[in-house]
Amino acid sequence: MVYLTRRAEFSASHYYHNPEFSAEDNRRIFGKCNNPNGHGHNYLLEVTVKGEVDARSGFVVDLKQLKETMSREVLDALDHRFLNKEIPEFFTRIPTTENLAIAIWQRLAPKLQAARLHRVRVYETPDLFVDFYGEA
Amino acid sequence: MKAYLTRRYMFSASHRLHSETMSDAENVATYGKCNNPYGHGHNYTLEVMISGAVDERTGMVCNLADLDGFVQREILEHFDHQNLNTLAEFAEAVPTTENLCIAVFDILQRGFHDAHLEKVRFEETMMNSFEYWGESRVIE
Repeated sequence: MVYLTRRAEFSASHYYHNPEFSAEDNRRIFGKCNNPNGHGHNYLLEVTVKGEVDARSGFVVDLKQLKETMSREVLDALDHRFLNKEIPEFFTRIPTTENLAIAIWQRLAPKLQAARLHRVRVYETPDLFVDFYGEA
Repeated sequence: MKAYLTRRYMFSASHRLHSETMSDAENVATYGKCNNPYGHGHNYTLEVMISGAVDERTGMVCNLADLDGFVQREILEHFDHQNLNTLAEFAEAVPTTENLCIAVFDILQRGFHDAHLEKVRFEETMMNSFEYWGESRVIE
């Protein structure tokens, strides 16, 4: 088994707010991230796939295909967007880095062909990142 | 849905690697420059990895402000701008970055219960790093 990781960047804005909480609780729990006008990040995405090395091509996965799938399913959809208002997953779920990693996994997993998705890692800043392995 | 969250922190400290169980010559042979009796310092980068189910109401594994507060209070304030050899954790253990990983893991394990602690990782310099996952996990 060999693991291959591809990185990509996208920029988006978001804010954290749960309508079930009082305004006070929202501010207490989410702090600065509760500002309803949103704020932004340059997200760094790492997608790791795993598989056997194909004897003929020497590839775990066709990198061009992986890049195209990441662009189509993730970057084209999320780049330069306001996650809360424009991305359906976040109409009801809060666009934390945790939920972003899960949403990206759910977008990619059904679309990858030869290789299997192993890990989605999303860096919100260089000092904060989340890993999701598809675990329930 | 289980997710793993990693947060990075920095602090600066000095240390000297020297073991009372070795002769002076053995200490020099083992620790080289790090055995300099006056000590030397590093900017340490600490990574704390925690895991848990993502809370449906908050979208979080745990509240980062609580993790940051704990690390600030119990770890950064304790180690930053200190000589590690003078701290209780290193009264007997040599303050290698391996032992620093274990000491910080223990502080988190004992005091921070908002999420499962997976790993503590330290970068001592840009060229070396150390991780400790607790005794329960062996990396293959």
